[in-house]
Amino acid sequence: MSATTIVSLPDQATARLPKTNYLNNKHGLLSWLLTADHKRIGILYLLSITFFFFIGGAFAGLIRLELLTPQPDLVASDTYNKFFTMHGIVMIFLFLVPSVPAALGNFLVPIMIGAKDLAFPKINLLSWYLYMTAGLFTLATLVLGGVDTGWTFTTPLSTHYLNTHVMTTAIGIFIAGFSSIFTGLNFIVTIHRMRAPGMTWFRMPLFIWSNYAASLLMVLGTPVLAIAIVLVALERTLNIGVFDPAKGGDPLLFQHLFWFYSHPAVYIMILPGMGVISEVMSTFSRKRVFGYTAVAFSSVAIALFGFFVWAHHMFIMGVSNYSALVFSLLTMLVAVPSAIKIFNWAFTMQKGSITFETPMLYAFGFIGLFTIGGLTGVFLGSLGMDVHLTETYFVVAHFHFVMVGGMLMAFLAGVHFWWPKITGRMYPESLSKLAAVVTFVGFNLTFLPQFVLGYLGMPRRYAAYPAEFQVLNVMSTAGATVLGVGYMLPLIYLGWSLKYGAIAGNNPWQATGLEWQIQSPPLTENFLETPIVTQEAYDYEWLEEKMKHEVTHVG
Amino acid sequence: MGISPVLWHFLVKWLHSSALFPAEASTIAPYTDALYFFLIGMTIVGTLLVGVLVVFFSIRYRKEKNPVATQVEGSTLLEATWTIIPLAIFLVTFVWGALLYFRIFNPPANAMNIYVVGKQWMWKAEHPGGQHEINALHIPAGKPVQLTMISQDVFHSFSIPDFRVKREVIPGRYSTVWFQATTPGTYHIFCTQYCGTLHAGMIGEVTVLEPKDYEKWLQESTSGMSLAQNGERLFASMGCNACHTGNAAARGPNLAGVYGTKLTLANGSQVLVNEAYLRDAILNPSEHITAGYAPIMPTYQGQISEDGLIDLVEYIKNMQSNDRVHQTLMTSEGDQAAPKTPVAGTTQER
Ligand code: HEM
Ligand SMILES: [Cu+2]
Repeated sequence: MSATTIVSLPDQATARLPKTNYLNNKHGLLSWLLTADHKRIGILYLLSITFFFFIGGAFAGLIRLELLTPQPDLVASDTYNKFFTMHGIVMIFLFLVPSVPAALGNFLVPIMIGAKDLAFPKINLLSWYLYMTAGLFTLATLVLGGVDTGWTFTTPLSTHYLNTHVMTTAIGIFIAGFSSIFTGLNFIVTIHRMRAPGMTWFRMPLFIWSNYAASLLMVLGTPVLAIAIVLVALERTLNIGVFDPAKGGDPLLFQHLFWFYSHPAVYIMILPGMGVISEVMSTFSRKRVFGYTAVAFSSVAIALFGFFVWAHHMFIMGVSNYSALVFSLLTMLVAVPSAIKIFNWAFTMQKGSITFETPMLYAFGFIGLFTIGGLTGVFLGSLGMDVHLTETYFVVAHFHFVMVGGMLMAFLAGVHFWWPKITGRMYPESLSKLAAVVTFVGFNLTFLPQFVLGYLGMPRRYAAYPAEFQVLNVMSTAGATVLGVGYMLPLIYLGWSLKYGAIAGNNPWQATGLEWQIQSPPLTENFLETPIVTQEAYDYEWLEEKMKHEVTHVG
Repeated sequence: MGISPVLWHFLVKWLHSSALFPAEASTIAPYTDALYFFLIGMTIVGTLLVGVLVVFFSIRYRKEKNPVATQVEGSTLLEATWTIIPLAIFLVTFVWGALLYFRIFNPPANAMNIYVVGKQWMWKAEHPGGQHEINALHIPAGKPVQLTMISQDVFHSFSIPDFRVKREVIPGRYSTVWFQATTPGTYHIFCTQYCGTLHAGMIGEVTVLEPKDYEKWLQESTSGMSLAQNGERLFASMGCNACHTGNAAARGPNLAGVYGTKLTLANGSQVLVNEAYLRDAILNPSEHITAGYAPIMPTYQGQISEDGLIDLVEYIKNMQSNDRVHQTLMTSEGDQAAPKTPVAGTTQER
């Protein structure tokens, strides 16, 4: 461990974990399965989300392996279609949507606002059970033989032309939706009602703001998804005809309903990640986030305006030329707050005192990849350009840059950043830095070639492709192998650190958040007495005062 | 573009030969590519700017160099700058993209029409002269071609990357796309909307021919019956001619010359009679009662394939007088109905 980085790391020989904490105050499987402690529920989520991530990842590997050659020679077309459907469904509904809010958010939201728990602890547990039930349905689909709708469930394909397990999957997604609605509700109520005295809205950490914005989206958007899914189910079973032109229905209606949820959903996925980046950039620059208010408001702005751009997924589907104009313009407008945030993060470093721990490296990765992902989104928002690029690998590359490059980097930044708080132990520093670099390199190798493939015209969801696209596909598959290694590494060393990692101490990064002012791992009650907040988030001068005080106190 | 035409020419030439870039084979392609280069420029400049900032600050303000951070609130001026500049760039992109979109989707009036039916898992093209082709499309170079497309089952999407055009093919409604090919050769047609098991196999080839070669191809591939002639047979065999006789006493409205006119419906509304209207009026007659007629027409939903509908539409489009209706009426009443066009599902290709 380099001397410049961890200042208050206690000597390994003498340091011990706190005698009682949320992990050891109760024992046995049941104490976990029936817990109402938001931190334990956060851990349950963390474990299950990781499990599903690797399932989704295995399918990504299979997809890329199949695309190594132009012929469908690894698996037949229908199997390939099941692969990318599983990959998409697992990654979106079981990983991206719950990742930061349900795992890290559950653990951190109450602590960061000085509360003892979420507003509805039992509903919180229920939402984990719903999530697991959704996961079971998805796994059941797999065991029963799979489903090949693609994660977008396009009608009438999904309703009248497929005999695979569409209903099982649909039920799974429906249930997952309720899990996310409950999480959202819980966060909104908690943030409104349970802030510690002195924790005003503008003293809240930006992680709270971004989770708040994402929660609004979950609560307002997810019901529309639920409706769309119910209609698909009714259409399949009772043939009601809402989407069937032969019965006077309209297949485009499904597209509207689906994207009305699924576009805001990408913000559900990315906003909490942005919150993580704000915390990390501030902590390792030892500076207040540049333009705190702008960043806070831009989260809410993104969330609200995110509801008005869904039809940019339908520019070639026969929306009228004039509504296409409006949706394109609105899309350009929502891109602006994201651009603002990038520069705010960069300028947070200005005049800072910067160190380069692993979370910071992941945050740099996030900024780089999210910038490219965001700017390539402008290509797709631009009407005439979208005509050529939509439904090709350009889109695949774009959303992987935003959601995998952006969101996953943010998730890993967050996991590393709060790992010492969650477990009380440090992870091995040099290995974790290596993993961050390998991930970044692997990521670019995998997805940069796909932009070129897309402009050349290679359609997405193809098990086989014309031979001239092979070279770029081979590059992409090679990159995916490196990326896969990058994702495996943390699994290994974080597991190792649970037992052998150095004891972290309460505030290894000398960060300002309330979560760092309590013991690691925290007590079940989080705070012995309700904290009174007198300072802004990211007030490093206050922190230094406080630490001086504690040192003299102890001495 | 601000870049000299000669330089531009070389750049494009070089990119094409580098296999990182699709052929520019339609009149739209250069416009799309120009916007693409602008956007790539924007992306590279934007990413470099962010990258340089992060690296510069990392070096200049690393802890060894700057042990104590100076707290700054923010800066309205800076924030306004990085709000307004991206906004301006994005607005330029918006306008440019919108102009291109209108160029792509507004066909010139003189475009020739070809029908395309998408089905799991093939493209079937139908030329007005009755030439059918599967997963292939022959077109003349230098002439605007409009495709009127419909899907017989699920969503498909018709894409020719080398022309930079693409349009969703939707069940239950016609969509159109047009292009003018510039260079003879063969280019991929892809289905880009996921449509089930053999989605990846729904690939075709568009062959661009010199106009005279195209004429030759039309002659050689003719089946002897044009779409309109097929439609005429169908018109008789489905009994349409029994009501749409064009006589004063007819139970159905006169169809001769109706295409392209404004029609007043029983509910008082006015509609433009185009392909979509004609198709819809055959399938859902009760929703399109022409003023002055009783709602007695039966629906033909499920009885005519999309190919058959195209034939009927093409027939009605070209119907200038009722003479031939009367002729076919005689034949069908004489119990010698023309053979029925096979219905959807049964293999009837070519
Ligand atoms: C090694 C990492 C990954 C690789 C190599 C990879 C590869 C791919 C490929 C090639 C496709 C396109 C399939 C097609 O359209 O034919 C795809 C689709 C997709 N990927 Fe990934 N992926 C990876 C990781 C992820 C992650 C981490 C997520 C989310 C967190 C994700 C989310 C998605 C989604 C939502 C789709 C769309 C599925 C659909 O078209 O229905 N991917 N991925
Ligand atoms: Cu298709």
